[in-house]
Amino acid sequence: MSITTVKPTGTPGGKSGPSELQGARLPRWSPYVIAVGSLAVGCGIGLAAGLDSRMQWGLIAAILFVAVSYGLSATVEGTRQAKDRLATSVVWVMFLLAVVPLASLIYETVKRGSKVFDGYFLSHSMGVVADDEAGGGIYHAIIGTLEQVGLACLIAVPIGLLTAIYLVEYGRGKLAKAVTFFVDVMTGIPSIVAGLFVLSFWILILGFDFSGWAGAMALSILMMPVVVRSTEEMLKLVPNELREASLALGVPKWRTILKVVLPTAIGGITTGVMLAVARIAGETAPVLLLVWTTPFINTNPFDGAQGSLPLYIYQQYQSGNQAGYDRAWAAALALIAFIMILNLVARGVARWKAPKTGR
Amino acid sequence: MDIPTDTPPTPAPADDARPTTTEQKRTARGATRPGDRIFLGLSRGSGIALLAIMAAVAAFLAYRSSVALADNTGNFFTTFEWDPAGISSDGKPVFGIAVLVFGTIVSSIIALVIAVPVAIGIALFISHYAPRQLATPIAFVIDLLAAVPSIVYGLWGAIVVAPNLTGLYSWLDDYFGWTGIFEYEGGAPRSLMTVGILLAIMILPIITNVSREVFLQVPKMHEEAAIALGATRWEVIRMSVLPFGRSGIISASMLGLGRALGETIAVATVLSPAFLIKASVLDYGGGTFAQNIASKFSEADEYGRDALIASGLVLFVITLLVNGAARMIIARRKEYSGANA
Amino acid sequence: MKLQRMNRRALTLGALAVSGALALTACGSDDTGDKDGGKKSNAASKISCDGAKGQLMASGSSAQKNAIDAWVANYRSACNDVQLNYKPDGSGAGITAFLQGQTAFAGSDSALKPEEIEKSKKVCKSSQAIDLPMVGGPIAVGYNVPGVDSLVLDAKTLADIFNDKIKTWDDKAIAKLNPDAKLPGTKIQAFHRSDESGTTDNFTKYLKGAAPAAWPHEPGKSWEAKGGQSAQGSSGVAQQVKQTAGAISYMELSYAKEGIKTVDLKTGAKEPVKATVDNASKAISEAKSVGKGKDLALELNYKPTAEGAYPITLVTYEIVCEKGNKADTLATTKSFLTYIASEDGQAVLKDEAYAPIPTEINAKVRETIKGLS
Repeated sequence: MSITTVKPTGTPGGKSGPSELQGARLPRWSPYVIAVGSLAVGCGIGLAAGLDSRMQWGLIAAILFVAVSYGLSATVEGTRQAKDRLATSVVWVMFLLAVVPLASLIYETVKRGSKVFDGYFLSHSMGVVADDEAGGGIYHAIIGTLEQVGLACLIAVPIGLLTAIYLVEYGRGKLAKAVTFFVDVMTGIPSIVAGLFVLSFWILILGFDFSGWAGAMALSILMMPVVVRSTEEMLKLVPNELREASLALGVPKWRTILKVVLPTAIGGITTGVMLAVARIAGETAPVLLLVWTTPFINTNPFDGAQGSLPLYIYQQYQSGNQAGYDRAWAAALALIAFIMILNLVARGVARWKAPKTGR
Repeated sequence: MDIPTDTPPTPAPADDARPTTTEQKRTARGATRPGDRIFLGLSRGSGIALLAIMAAVAAFLAYRSSVALADNTGNFFTTFEWDPAGISSDGKPVFGIAVLVFGTIVSSIIALVIAVPVAIGIALFISHYAPRQLATPIAFVIDLLAAVPSIVYGLWGAIVVAPNLTGLYSWLDDYFGWTGIFEYEGGAPRSLMTVGILLAIMILPIITNVSREVFLQVPKMHEEAAIALGATRWEVIRMSVLPFGRSGIISASMLGLGRALGETIAVATVLSPAFLIKASVLDYGGGTFAQNIASKFSEADEYGRDALIASGLVLFVITLLVNGAARMIIARRKEYSGANA
Repeated sequence: MKLQRMNRRALTLGALAVSGALALTACGSDDTGDKDGGKKSNAASKISCDGAKGQLMASGSSAQKNAIDAWVANYRSACNDVQLNYKPDGSGAGITAFLQGQTAFAGSDSALKPEEIEKSKKVCKSSQAIDLPMVGGPIAVGYNVPGVDSLVLDAKTLADIFNDKIKTWDDKAIAKLNPDAKLPGTKIQAFHRSDESGTTDNFTKYLKGAAPAAWPHEPGKSWEAKGGQSAQGSSGVAQQVKQTAGAISYMELSYAKEGIKTVDLKTGAKEPVKATVDNASKAISEAKSVGKGKDLALELNYKPTAEGAYPITLVTYEIVCEKGNKADTLATTKSFLTYIASEDGQAVLKDEAYAPIPTEINAKVRETIKGLS
């Protein structure tokens, strides 16, 4: 550290009378000025050089910003401070880099999706609308996805809950260790593999027809580990004093779990389940292999082909014409809206019912 | 309230977050109440059912693969062809995963190279740079990235991103074309590079979330000590946060890798597949395990499906290893970081 | 106490969600007629729905998807109880699904192979599957070369282009066939189908049949040549050609629209032949019947000398069991096939850029459909 006395060398920051122990600093507003300046120069260069991609403008601006703030800081404040500023700028740029795709994705989906997104679109199936005609809707796909996800929940939630209870409340020894490990591994199963498994097993070997139910089974395989994981975390948060108090009153353990532990953690568990639902509702690969898809409304998931929202998007994209693209974007908008709402509600529930840990 | 006196109160374990082993034995094994036994049975049964499903998936894939591999006349690992119907070789099935291994690894590596630095940056931003009020909403925004379904990423990638990459690719070709890796012949930019970029965006949230959690676990004492010595914020991070979080970053990256390896529909939507290996990552062609299964499955006859299942088994094993390793690193980390808390 | 209340509230929430979902199922509609744009013909009255109802699942060739869409629209206006799901997965997928007993019929751009007929005995209960030619259509070679509005190619040049021998548009071989065109020096981007497809099968059969020396690869549903870009489905390929300057690919004529221009073929005839519906019909009427018994498979002549016969033509077959079709879908299958083979059904095809099947063959098809059981 340099503790040499600093002469105010004409830097704007020098005005406030720096203490003897403090090095020269760039003024607080300097990052903003540099940011605006490099953005302007970036756009200028982009315009002048005739670069038509906005991405390149942004990149030039970002590089300029990092370079200029490093250079300025290095001359005024010394290399250590400059490095710090460099790191700060890089971290900011990284953050913006991550926001750009999300913003672009949501902007494009809303812009392109709102073209055909209306009440008609939501309340009608594709019916007999040909691929290259405008019209038709996603009603059949919404029904299909809701039912498949619902059925997947019916399988995965009880198994997942009970497994988590076993791990937290009972589990010791080799079995529990194995279950913990494989639950972790199971979260990494590629969705297509789950689809492959159900297809070969249920449809090719047992000879059942394609149906929403087959899709639901594959989805439940993907859902289980997520439910176990989140429930486990939540159950661990339940203060032990509650269990002890209940047991001390002579309540059997199973009733303690059902009446004391679970209700305390119910908010977190609900959140976990909803996030799991949000994850599987957007899965395309297993559904692609298993539910066949139909343009008509089929409310019975156990008999015959069903629609599905992600699959609908995939197919409309594949039809390769403007009408299909419009429908694909509108369906994507519906799917994203559904999943975002689930996410928001889930987080709301989590905050509303957060277990009091007692500390 | 009436306190029933016939059951002795279980001794309260002092500090442990869970019931201790002794208490465990008393209530679980020594339980005489049928309700307890049923409930224990149910929950243990679910755990076993979960294991059974995993085992069934593995066993089943292995069985079908063995059927396929028995008749394969090519070498499964080195053949550059996928022709289980034997069209070009008089009905003798020839197929191999060399191209898929290459494509999967290349696209995943591109994804990691892009995503890991960005993710670490964001994690640091949330844990150390952003104002307190901003940190939560930002974490939420990152979670939203994770919530977007892969088909929507695919749609966006194919229609919005890919056409915009032509400029970048021509530029890379102009300046780095001589390396051979960045050669670009023109045409639709639906290459492994495009796939890698898309995958990077998709795995960003998981890497960010795991590393952020590790960064937040860094003992405050370490950081305060560094600050007291007059370190700048970057020096604090370099000297105390990053070393502490290294294993966390590694396992986060591996979890991201597991995601990238198995991604199906986004890859199938964006890539222009061709069953060959090219040095250039910017040119069309190549393929990944999951994409190959999705594109070829409906077309394949029964034997062709078994062949695809064989490739699915390889993917399954690879993701299993990667995820397992990542989890083990995390688990070890948790144990010793607990002492610091 | 508090816990109890929370439970009850959760229950109410759950009940609300369930009843909401139930309410939702009551308000949707399959009736998309209003926005249909008057595509329906007045043929509805002539369609007989004899016992047809429920779901009919079929899959196969994406080549005939647009035709099926139009047929289903008409058919539904008469037989509202039928839900016909045609999944355009590709011919290979269609046959696979059919042989596994998952669908009522398959659509395929290639006739069944002997081993497939052998396998079909399992699903057709001792009888076997037969090919019914239903839709004809030219496979257009679509291209996107700015400034070139018409292009003539022959089989050998096409083979060289798709085999990566001819790499730029101003190649001598192309220039020789198009003395008047201003050919740019752009690189040729040849696209092929990444999925297995009857279209690929017919296109490569043509290349092999008409230019065996230039096309060393075996014809087949999957693309055997190395290299070239690929896209999934006819629509995917068409989309790529539309987007990419210098692109060329093969697709059914009904996909070659919105800015894709098609190549005129130099055949044995004097004038280059345009890819049109009529020219395809001419080629089909020159085909000879090769099916045995009730099977009506056709074999096309890839080196026609007749004026105006467009040789890259595919015929899409509907594949059903001669006997032993699934009992619960038999009536529906028969009713639908009867309609599409009828005069009204075949008349729809021309509007959708397909070629109707010549009358003699069509008469046999109708006869066979009557006898299905």
